[in-house]
Amino acid sequence: MENIKSIILKAVPEAIVAEDKQILTVIVEKDKLHHLAKTLRYNADLPFDYLAMLTGVDRGETLGVNYVLSSSKDLTKEVVLQVSTDDRQNPLLYSVTDLWETAHYNEREVYAMLGIRFINNPDMRRFFLNSDWRGFPLRKDYDPDPILNPVVVESKEIEDIAPRIMETPQGLKEDIVEIFEKDDYIINVGPQHPSTHGVMHFRMALDGEIVKKIDVHSGYIHRGIEKLSEKLTYPQILHFTDRLDYLSASINRHALCMCVEKAAQIEIPERAQYIRTIMDELNRVDSHLIGWASMCMDLGATTAFIYGVREREHILQIFEKTSGGRLIVNYNVVGGVMFDIYNDFQKDVKAFIIYMRERLTEYHRLFTGNVIAIGRMEGLGILSREDAISYGVTGPAGRGSGFSCDVRKYHPYALYDKVEFKEVIRTECDAFARYKNRLDEIEESLHIIEQLIDNVPDGDFQAKTKAIIKLPEGEFYQKAEAGRGEFGVFIESRGDKFPYRLKFRSPSMAAVSVMPLICKGEKLSDFISIGGSMDYVIPDIDR
Amino acid sequence: MEVKKIYIKGIPNEEFRDNEYLEKYAEELRAGGVPIVVGALDDLINWGRSNSVWPLAFATSCCGIEFMAAAGAHFDIARFGMEVTRNSPRQADTMVVAGTIVHKMAPLLKRVYDQMAEPKYVVAMGSCAISGGPFVDSYHVVKGVDEIIPVDVYIPGCPPRPESLFYGLMQLQRKIKLERFVFKVKK
Repeated sequence: MENIKSIILKAVPEAIVAEDKQILTVIVEKDKLHHLAKTLRYNADLPFDYLAMLTGVDRGETLGVNYVLSSSKDLTKEVVLQVSTDDRQNPLLYSVTDLWETAHYNEREVYAMLGIRFINNPDMRRFFLNSDWRGFPLRKDYDPDPILNPVVVESKEIEDIAPRIMETPQGLKEDIVEIFEKDDYIINVGPQHPSTHGVMHFRMALDGEIVKKIDVHSGYIHRGIEKLSEKLTYPQILHFTDRLDYLSASINRHALCMCVEKAAQIEIPERAQYIRTIMDELNRVDSHLIGWASMCMDLGATTAFIYGVREREHILQIFEKTSGGRLIVNYNVVGGVMFDIYNDFQKDVKAFIIYMRERLTEYHRLFTGNVIAIGRMEGLGILSREDAISYGVTGPAGRGSGFSCDVRKYHPYALYDKVEFKEVIRTECDAFARYKNRLDEIEESLHIIEQLIDNVPDGDFQAKTKAIIKLPEGEFYQKAEAGRGEFGVFIESRGDKFPYRLKFRSPSMAAVSVMPLICKGEKLSDFISIGGSMDYVIPDIDR
Repeated sequence: MEVKKIYIKGIPNEEFRDNEYLEKYAEELRAGGVPIVVGALDDLINWGRSNSVWPLAFATSCCGIEFMAAAGAHFDIARFGMEVTRNSPRQADTMVVAGTIVHKMAPLLKRVYDQMAEPKYVVAMGSCAISGGPFVDSYHVVKGVDEIIPVDVYIPGCPPRPESLFYGLMQLQRKIKLERFVFKVKK
């Protein structure tokens, strides 16, 4: 880290650098940010080519952005850049889209939520909200009066124009650009169709049946969870995480619990750690089963869908017996888990492992070797390793492109440093690799559960916590490996029982942001199967 | 002609609770009397209609996954003649609104509803669709789909279990069975 520190100070001598264990926090002037970011991005020893999180924060007097950077060479090293502007009327910052592609959608989100516009971002429309939305919700002085923003039921035409601010030698220049060319034939895919895996809206320019350009519209399920959280105590926020990426409900909740526990320094009993890890892995199997089932369904294999949902029902029954919930389990709490496991838990889980292994071979026989299936997946939707890193695609999709990004390996939490498992990596970079990764990860998850299930120690399943949990002042990051990739939690606390700012890093957002790139030049029908292979969950993106 | 007792396969009529207005409606029909041929025709049509309700899954979030689970082999929605989920509103009879409806989605929900052919029904599945649910305080959430479109059956839960979904859908069947199709009574 000393090395990085010297690089930073060499590039920008007046930057304020604070070191805390593994994370370097750098406060930098807004004019110097792009220079510093570029230096870090292209330094030879440890190029910081992975932008893990981009968070807009209203700091009261100023509006700012936090960038969490990491390197694909060594993901344990992290640098946080903090930049702010004191102009609340017309806040402007420099964009980093040219360095990390994932910044594009994130900056648009920051614009919608906080009103910060980014110079040199090619497309400065609001991401989640309609362009005529009044106010910026995540600002502290936002007026939530429903009269300002009433529910409108008349549909409006979508205008395919985007404002932007570009830096020219003559100074800043604001202009409006057309998104599509004049003669483009445009169709809408979504927002209401099962094949888009939720309420995603893609506007697509077609040339015959070849996809020329895709424009992503999001926000059809934007529920404002981050704003709601600012008024709720930490235990009250927990249930929102289950409803973000509902297919990895348990893992998301685990991540937030860990973040609060880390900040409040709560020690977790051994038994709770075991239960959490087992539940997380069961949840991952559940999530991959749905991912597999719906992808096969997209390709026309209805039988596969019925099979996947049938196997998933076994996991849901275990969840239900343990926690009372099927899909949304509400099981993790700050300090442990809500209930103890039931008596036959081990027996049921072991029976499931044997059953699931048999079914996996059946899946391969049924679908993986199918000539038509291979024809529709192999060599399609090529996502190179560099693009995967630049767009921040993690999880089975990122590992299908050879990006080793398993949080369980490089940032072990719970019991992942004690169990032995293999990180599934493929380098084919196509839809088929992502598909096979998912099935292999089911196998690995079963292997992890096998190692833990007989060794669950006796003891408490929940640590005693105070009735009101207050976090000390500061910023806290925590990540976990959800079904779709790296799920991150960022809490800025001001010593209160409410978070000052809470942000979730959603793995699905990266998966969607890469769709325009990997679908370009593919056929329209293959767009659906590529989307299936990315396996995104929309409420996770919109939050 | 007597209006027959509503018969739903698998659950006796007495088991349906908190929906007395259907009984009152049946009483009214009995008092007025119905022409035999038309009544019999109505019965026949409604028997067919109520046992082949084709849903349009307007699934926005978690409840949509429970709808998928209901369509799976374990719960098997096909028992009620509802397994044909239509993705086009023009072919669907009932819209199952499964999930939160937000400001940006509201015009589209209305538009999909308008595109459906009469007679059409709406089922609000889950607390988000009923009232906004856990997100009711949010700036971007519509506080219940009934602000936008009329709703026939509300199914509470977050998300509702497939069994509750079936209970709600059977309530809908019951409602359909009582409707007069040939000469529609004014409601």
